[in-house]
Amino acid sequence: MTDLAADKLPTTTSPAAKVETPLRRFISAFCESKLALFGLVLVIIIAIAAVLAPWLAPQNPYDIAKLDIFDSKMPPGSASSDGTLTYWLGTDGQARDMLSAIMYGLRVSLLVGAVSVVAALAIGTMVGLVAAYFGGRVDAFLMRCVDIQLSFPAILVALILLAVLGQGVDKVLYALIAVQWAYFARAARAAALVEREKEYIEAARCLALPQRRILWRHLLPNCLPPLIVIATVEIAHAIALEATLSFLGLGVPVTEPSLGKLIANGFEFLMAGKYWIALFPGVALAIALIGINLVGDHLRDILNPRNAR
Amino acid sequence: MLVFIIRRLMQAVVVMVVMSALVFGGIYLIGNPVAMLISDQASEADRLAVIRDLGLDQPIWQQYLTFVGKALVGDFGKSFRAGEPAMRLIFQHMPATLELAVIAMTIAVLIGVPLGLYAGLRPDSFGARSIMTVSILGFSLPTFWVGLMLIMLFAVALPDWIPGWPRLPSSGRGPTVDVFGLKLSFLTAQGWLHLLLPAMTLALAKGALIIRLTRAATREVLPMDYVKFARAKGLRERRIVGVHVLKNIAIPIATVTGLELGQVIAFAVVTETIFSWPGMGKLLIDSILLLDRPVVVAYLVIIVFFLVLLNLLVDILYSVLDPRVRLDATAR
Repeated sequence: MTDLAADKLPTTTSPAAKVETPLRRFISAFCESKLALFGLVLVIIIAIAAVLAPWLAPQNPYDIAKLDIFDSKMPPGSASSDGTLTYWLGTDGQARDMLSAIMYGLRVSLLVGAVSVVAALAIGTMVGLVAAYFGGRVDAFLMRCVDIQLSFPAILVALILLAVLGQGVDKVLYALIAVQWAYFARAARAAALVEREKEYIEAARCLALPQRRILWRHLLPNCLPPLIVIATVEIAHAIALEATLSFLGLGVPVTEPSLGKLIANGFEFLMAGKYWIALFPGVALAIALIGINLVGDHLRDILNPRNAR
Repeated sequence: MLVFIIRRLMQAVVVMVVMSALVFGGIYLIGNPVAMLISDQASEADRLAVIRDLGLDQPIWQQYLTFVGKALVGDFGKSFRAGEPAMRLIFQHMPATLELAVIAMTIAVLIGVPLGLYAGLRPDSFGARSIMTVSILGFSLPTFWVGLMLIMLFAVALPDWIPGWPRLPSSGRGPTVDVFGLKLSFLTAQGWLHLLLPAMTLALAKGALIIRLTRAATREVLPMDYVKFARAKGLRERRIVGVHVLKNIAIPIATVTGLELGQVIAFAVVTETIFSWPGMGKLLIDSILLLDRPVVVAYLVIIVFFLVLLNLLVDILYSVLDPRVRLDATAR
């Protein structure tokens, strides 16, 4: 099957480039699923909208001086009262252009998601590797902590932490990291337990390399691939959780609204028929989450050795 | 078996103690409830009287000891806001949440198992592939998003566009019927209408999970010898699926359903807030926002207790359902 997949590679590349490298095999396996490619396109669109928001957005939604209060709650497609721009997605209760607010909101959502996952990945991997490498009591203690934490629903743990810490983007980050590290710790330990028994670790031990070097230079790189796959799906989880917390009023502050906060702002106008204030941020959130999940789901299938054909 | 249960019980007690300390310590730091509760115009004497009444003038360790001592007999103090015992408030709100969670989980199982079974039996059919794709949506979208869309669709858009389309209620619980002192909504038609949207909101995500689980379990069971043997005996397909397959996939489904019930109750916090469902989740959010410490602490202690109990029950149920687990434990 892998040979077949290699044959499907574009023939426009030179013959020398046809040699099958792991990366090439990975790319061709990824392209096999149209759904995953679609997901990737969604993710790229969302990422571009977020990263380039200051240049692409029609308006700076954080600049209160630019907002005209007479323009508040305008339906999609209406022109601003000074006639300089069209509100394609309408405006919200504070007369912010929804399109701009969504693009800036995406920045907050994606940033919080990505940063918290990277930090949780680092902490969790460290804990998992240490547990697997040293075994015994260290392992039992660390994994018991992980078990206990994972037996509580993430949303509750995050709610309580935020109730204690207060509001703010940094507080949300701490809460998300605290919720997520345990998944990575468990996955890293599982991966490391397999790798630990392999010959290259034995060889490194025989060379009497310092333990720290074996852990970080030999064990760590070989445990990373499955963790990175988990991380992609976890980014979606983190974004969804942040949106939920912000929706409940315990997440990011009003001054830097993420998508969840924007939806919460629109929720109060929903019954009055002003659907666009909540709907469009909701659509943006859905696109981001579905895109990441489609990609992550397929990545997991490709890298799962049980599915190897 | 007994040793196993005792060990799990001891572990549960340790978890409870650690959590109560963490929760109390954490909640203490939230803020100063005195500033919240007493108006600026109150005299200094009034302020001090309120502080003394609530026990807020004592050192924190003493407050904690008092708290533990009282918690053991179910006394978490009075709600700062309602003036009622926190425990009673929680118990008043609990039936609404449990009703919502149980009905949501029932819907999830009733939808999830048949669809998952179908997707597992005919994995390459168009229907199965659409089910799997839609199920990705089911659990990648957050609960509050689903609830919002359901409100938009069934309480705002459809009744506006199509004359005569029934407008589903999107807030509150509707009339309730007393059953042994419990107020239940699902016994009246209006109550059902009120239940529909919040229950569907919770059920969609869990249904998607159960679809995936059922499909995976079915695909694992199908190539087994006992299924092949049943086929070789010439049994009807209905019997093979209904008895041989279903019985064997019931184990993981029952386990996950039990564990997910805890998740559903936790996520009811979100659903209840959206639909103004008067359950303990909404009570928690309101109490957090108003710094009503006794209620938050009481909720957490009860929910931790509940989750620990649920995990224990699922473990025991697991060994009852699957004889292999029991044999394994005795062999060790």
